[in-house]
Amino acid sequence: MTSIILLSVFGIVNLFAGFAKNKQVLLPLVLVFLAIVFGVNLLDWNNTQTYFSNMLTIDNYAVAFTGIMTLTTLLLLPFSQKYISNNDANLGEYYSLLLFALVGAVMMVGYENLIMLFIGVEIMSIAMYVLAGSDKTSLRSNEAALKYFLMGSFFTGIMLFGIVLIYAATGTFNITEISAAQASALSEGLPDSIFVMGILILVIGISFKISAAPFHFWAPDVYEGTPTLFTAFMSTVVKTAGVAAFYKLMVAAFAASYAAWFPTLVAITVLTLVIGNIGAVIQTSFKRMMAYSSISHAGYMLMALIAFNESSDTAILFYSAAYSSASIAAFGVLKLVQDQRRSHLYEAFNGLGKTNPLLAFTMTVSMLSLGGIPLTAGFFGKFFVFSAVLANPDMLWLVVLAVVLAAVGIYYYLRVVIAMYMQPAANYDTIRVNSFSSFTLIVLTVLTILLGIAPALVSELL
Amino acid sequence: MNNIPEVIRTIPLDYYLYFSAALFVIGVIGVLTRRNAIVIFMCVELMLNSVNLLLTAIASYRGDSSAQVFVFFIMAVAAAEVTVGLAIIVMTYRNIRSTDVQLLNYLKW
Repeated sequence: MTSIILLSVFGIVNLFAGFAKNKQVLLPLVLVFLAIVFGVNLLDWNNTQTYFSNMLTIDNYAVAFTGIMTLTTLLLLPFSQKYISNNDANLGEYYSLLLFALVGAVMMVGYENLIMLFIGVEIMSIAMYVLAGSDKTSLRSNEAALKYFLMGSFFTGIMLFGIVLIYAATGTFNITEISAAQASALSEGLPDSIFVMGILILVIGISFKISAAPFHFWAPDVYEGTPTLFTAFMSTVVKTAGVAAFYKLMVAAFAASYAAWFPTLVAITVLTLVIGNIGAVIQTSFKRMMAYSSISHAGYMLMALIAFNESSDTAILFYSAAYSSASIAAFGVLKLVQDQRRSHLYEAFNGLGKTNPLLAFTMTVSMLSLGGIPLTAGFFGKFFVFSAVLANPDMLWLVVLAVVLAAVGIYYYLRVVIAMYMQPAANYDTIRVNSFSSFTLIVLTVLTILLGIAPALVSELL
Repeated sequence: MNNIPEVIRTIPLDYYLYFSAALFVIGVIGVLTRRNAIVIFMCVELMLNSVNLLLTAIASYRGDSSAQVFVFFIMAVAAAEVTVGLAIIVMTYRNIRSTDVQLLNYLKW
């Protein structure tokens, strides 16, 4: 709760700080803000409280996810240094909008009422619509913003219709009351099926937000057109918040109607895994490959959701931590390379192993982590997800499918590694990296390897 | 003014449900078939307002204020969305001199 207030206040402070003549102060300022929020958030650990007349609950689940999302943003922002020297960029606004988006994300992991879920999703999405179009002169950024906005508001409408159908059936927006009320659905001449229809429509709405197939069609275009810094935010924080909100909704509100939504969710998961992994293989652009890879990772996180047992929340938490640290590192390297070589194709990485060993090594570690190779965080992420699913032996086929698709994943993740170490570069220009970005990349690499060696650091939390 | 809920109750609740669902489907079809960004956006607003309508009907029917409060939240959020959305459409219009979404096809596969 304090983290929501602090983030909102800091966002406004940052907006005014954007007027400062010297843009250099903005980055340290926002990093200090985020560090404060991260620390204050941890004070709520083991201290469950509800706010706003039972509309928001800050429990360990919310604190853990808020911590991961704050840390992700904190480690993402050092790569925004390029904007400081660019006078067209409105750095103060970008940082403020990221903080505001984070407010929405925190509300999404702590909501106790469907109204709060809706508000959280919208606060996050509206900030992201603006950031997607923040490169105002680029037609690609324009197109990304327009697509994201039109599709996003369309699916917001769908989500709302699901919420109102659930309300019509149960007479409440509170998720614990919904789960108690569904046994005795209010009749009033309404058809009996509206509760199940409401659940399915709401599932469609949230699936869009986490870019699960078949509601993923916007993701590759939007991720490619959006400036890389905000793509990184979109594919980590937004996705983590979405999956956490999804899981909380299913556990707290719809656990009793498991049989109604389970087949739909299995179908969504299988489609997401297949489309994400197969779609990534045929890409020539690294950035677009990362978009499809984020779709496939949404599929792995959904697998933990459909496992639906006591280890699911740990699996989702660990997976999002592993996925976020690796993704931020990959997008960070991509941004540094893209700023100088003006391309986000695989060829842009040619020869990076010789010119910038640090960037190449960081990228390799994060690709191995995303692919799920042992000794990196991604391996244990997949391990926890698969073992959660295997608690139900009937779902063995799903794990087999996921393992096969993870093997496909290694193919496209290693393409960039091959480009970096085995392809000769056209001109061996060294990428200029300032020491702060290098330091952040080292921290991210250490985090990824640390979680791969000692997964208990995160997996014992919940 | 006191008898508005009673007037609303003279029509069965499922009629409101079907009416709102019809409005919602009209909005969905509009979003899927129109090419002009502003018209698509109007159809999205139609979807949101069909939800508002159903919420108000149920709220009056049951005398439950939480749904009415939700309507205000939806209106506020929709207003914020209009602000951002029109800004994005204007930004795009400045670059391509059109609001036709089919002209924007730089990003593919």
